[in-house]
Amino acid sequence: MPSAADPAATTPVTADASIAVEIDQLDKRFGSVHALRSLCARIRYGRLTGLVGPDGAGKTTLMRVLTGLLVPDAGRVTLAGFDVVRDNDAIHVASGYMPQRFGLYEDLSVLENIHLYARLRGLDVRHNSELFAELLDFTRLAPFTKRLAGKLSGGMKQKLGLACALMARPRVLLLDEPGVGVDPVSRQDLWRMVQALTDEGIAVVWSTAYLDEAERCESVLLLNEGRLLFDGPPGDLTAQLKGRSFRLENVGVRRRALLTEALDLPSVSDGVIQGAGVRLVLREGADRAPVQALAEQAQVELAQVPARFEDAFIDLLGGGPGGTSILAERLPPVELGSDIAVSCRNLTKRFGDFTATDNVSFEVHKGEIFGLLGPNGAGKSTTFKMLCGLLKPSAGEAQVVGHDLRRATGAAKSRLGYMAQKFSLYGLLSVRQNLEFSAGVYQLDAGTRRERIAEMIETFDLGDWLSATPDSLPLGHKQRLALACALMHRPPVLFLDEPTSGVDPITRREFWTHINGLTRKGVTIMVTTHFMDEAEYCDRVAMLSRARLIALDTPDALKRSAATVGRPDPTMEDAFIHLVESADRALEAAA
Amino acid sequence: MSSIAANRQLGASGQDAGLRRFDRRRLLALVTKESYQALRDPSTLLIAFVLPVVLLLLFAYAVSLDAKDVRIGVVLESPGVAAQELAAAFAGTRFLDAHFAHDRREVADKLISGELRGYVVIPQDFEQRLARRDNESLVQIITDGSYPNTANYVENYARGVVQTWGAGLDAAASPPAILLEPRYWFNPELESRRALIPGAIAIVMTIIGTMLTALVVAREWERGTMEAVLSTPASVVEILIGKLLPYFGLGMLSTLGAAALAVGVFDVPLRGSLAALLLLSAAFMVPALGQGLLISSLARNQFLAAQIALFTGFLPAFMLSGFLYEIEAMPAVIQVATWLIPARYFVETLKTVFLVGDIWAVFVPDLAAMTATGVLFFLAAKRATRKNLE
Repeated sequence: MPSAADPAATTPVTADASIAVEIDQLDKRFGSVHALRSLCARIRYGRLTGLVGPDGAGKTTLMRVLTGLLVPDAGRVTLAGFDVVRDNDAIHVASGYMPQRFGLYEDLSVLENIHLYARLRGLDVRHNSELFAELLDFTRLAPFTKRLAGKLSGGMKQKLGLACALMARPRVLLLDEPGVGVDPVSRQDLWRMVQALTDEGIAVVWSTAYLDEAERCESVLLLNEGRLLFDGPPGDLTAQLKGRSFRLENVGVRRRALLTEALDLPSVSDGVIQGAGVRLVLREGADRAPVQALAEQAQVELAQVPARFEDAFIDLLGGGPGGTSILAERLPPVELGSDIAVSCRNLTKRFGDFTATDNVSFEVHKGEIFGLLGPNGAGKSTTFKMLCGLLKPSAGEAQVVGHDLRRATGAAKSRLGYMAQKFSLYGLLSVRQNLEFSAGVYQLDAGTRRERIAEMIETFDLGDWLSATPDSLPLGHKQRLALACALMHRPPVLFLDEPTSGVDPITRREFWTHINGLTRKGVTIMVTTHFMDEAEYCDRVAMLSRARLIALDTPDALKRSAATVGRPDPTMEDAFIHLVESADRALEAAA
Repeated sequence: MSSIAANRQLGASGQDAGLRRFDRRRLLALVTKESYQALRDPSTLLIAFVLPVVLLLLFAYAVSLDAKDVRIGVVLESPGVAAQELAAAFAGTRFLDAHFAHDRREVADKLISGELRGYVVIPQDFEQRLARRDNESLVQIITDGSYPNTANYVENYARGVVQTWGAGLDAAASPPAILLEPRYWFNPELESRRALIPGAIAIVMTIIGTMLTALVVAREWERGTMEAVLSTPASVVEILIGKLLPYFGLGMLSTLGAAALAVGVFDVPLRGSLAALLLLSAAFMVPALGQGLLISSLARNQFLAAQIALFTGFLPAFMLSGFLYEIEAMPAVIQVATWLIPARYFVETLKTVFLVGDIWAVFVPDLAAMTATGVLFFLAAKRATRKNLE
């Protein structure tokens, strides 16, 4: 350990007083992995700096170097004028750090967590009750002080984590992916808090794989494979894309087919579905004529739209994947007896006196992508788990391709595929063994088993990785493997529980290419998500809040419902916040 | 944000404390946190207070190493009066439960089926052998070698019965000047429970000290809270002591409870002083906690920590501490290995303080050994724990 820092001896060496963090030729390796390569950057006080990049780009490693929890192999890093290695103790005083998993003690209450971190940072708890009251007010956690941290929703945990990192006023606040798993309402709270802090002159570093978050930062550091690709205001990067973003308007039911065609054009670098439309980004210097031709052929309007940071990001990383899913190409079309693939009526789940799902009813058609959205703790997961037979409903009915989930759970389960959060692969089995296991667990006979496994390996290009463990796979391959396991028995209905949480945009696009392909073969997709742009891929979205179904419509209709005079073209996130807040108001009015 | 602005001043004063290596308030905060966690976790309380009761009950009633009422057969092939008398001598012993037969085939089957642990044959020519008074053995003793200890015991005891009976014959001729009578010190009734229960306390303390400590530190790594605490000004020493103090307290409480149970319910005498018992227990907590801490700094997940604690803490304490098996009866190599096991010293001192009294000549070397192994563990743990995630 470095010698104890003496405040007098370690006066800031940085000449420019506005610089909070200075990174010079930083290098860090873990075994054969080169996590950070000759990184040089500056982070300023009073500013929100986004640390952006796909998974494995080195964001967390950089955060840990900045907090003095990892030692650089080469280069020099100073934070608030202190060297992260030499003045390690001073770093812990000058910085506040919220790790990815918040660092909260789940069996301590909200107030106990706050008191613990206050004392660890040298505050006297008895003389600072006012400060705590204000912090609780700031985080809107005041009504929950006695609740155990483990019982808080994801968004509330996030805010408590932030409150704990804010103790004793750090000069640099480091937040590692604070937006993961947080619903838009809580995220908005978080932005408000961070805004207030930067206004006071604190340097806030916010790492994220969400590009809409990056766009809101005043400055971003864009990392990929340990290298810095861009350093500056997000607008500067977006400006480079000027005139390359287009939208095919109101395509309707043919939008998935059109997206596939567009993505297969050599002039198109990236494309996503936005409600009933298709958003496209052209390659640098590419002619818009092929896209124009596509629009005319489909008889839809092609409109130029302003570039987003996400467009620039994908372009900088070399564009998104192609539009054709080899997986879906191979699949035979799904034949179902009825048009209704999944249905539930008056579905209710109670845990003791707490109702997690309250009287929810809907029907999902064959080949539909059906989204379940809602704030943390709204009952999404509970509803989802009842529909795929993992939880028994307290009341009501649920059916999957005609099988009642209460009576014929086994039969229903054999007709659905399930991809759990974080992929849930067996870390101690090899890739091949994972495939064999899922083939075995769905009772395929030996011949089919060999055939399907060989097919999956070829389709998903897993041949080079067969004896590797899932954890050593690149994220995109890991996701392919999880999808392969869930599709081994060719289910007509596929359940995806936050399939792309914490996954970078490029991997996410590849995933949706497969999903779009599957639905074109008639596979029904049920999906929960926190990504609003993922909600845009859905045919219909069911919005849950406080255990109830508060809205069920197409993404475009939901957006329209949130339109006001001042906001004629609301985003999906605006719609989400609007719907949840008006449902809350209605509930309060009724009470 | 006015609140955060107002905090600026406080932050400055906080920074002074932050730069101090050791701060009493920070330690107190960590201890408070750990105590809350321990009290709220049902498994901690289960291990600290329910497990000792279960273990003590088990050793008091279920496990018995006593050779009492060992069932043996006595085959009476000779119809003579002397043979009858010898048989009666077998029937009258306290430690053997004799079953009589007239044909050795009857008892042989019972030995095979495990009903008997051995048998004694009083042969047909017993009277003649007795009359000859030569060195030829009087009886045949067969024992069940699959239980070596019991077999030894049966053999020796049966010989003893025959010899005593033989001596009685001689005594009839000339009364002896000295009567030999065995006496067992410290545990006159030779009840194994009295020796086992003090030892069981060592097992309980090993579980609390090593296993629980290893688990709770590993849990912090697993849940990511360690990363957050490491990023605060708290030093490694504070974090480690903050972990240990609550479990030290818990271990001592548990010892007191177990001792009360031993004395009050299981009739184990406490011949030494309570103060000595507490001092010895406190000394044992040093290596037990140190070992737990070392394990947790090497294994950062609970499953691995539990496995290592089981194999390096619990099992050696169980098998090699002299708690269940006497160290003197072990092979020389294993005997040497037991010197490295802190529980060995604790079992010895516990047996002494309960059954004998405050014998400082025994305590002092054991105290020194426990403290020394403890210091070794702590130094190793300190070396293995750095204030970063490398």
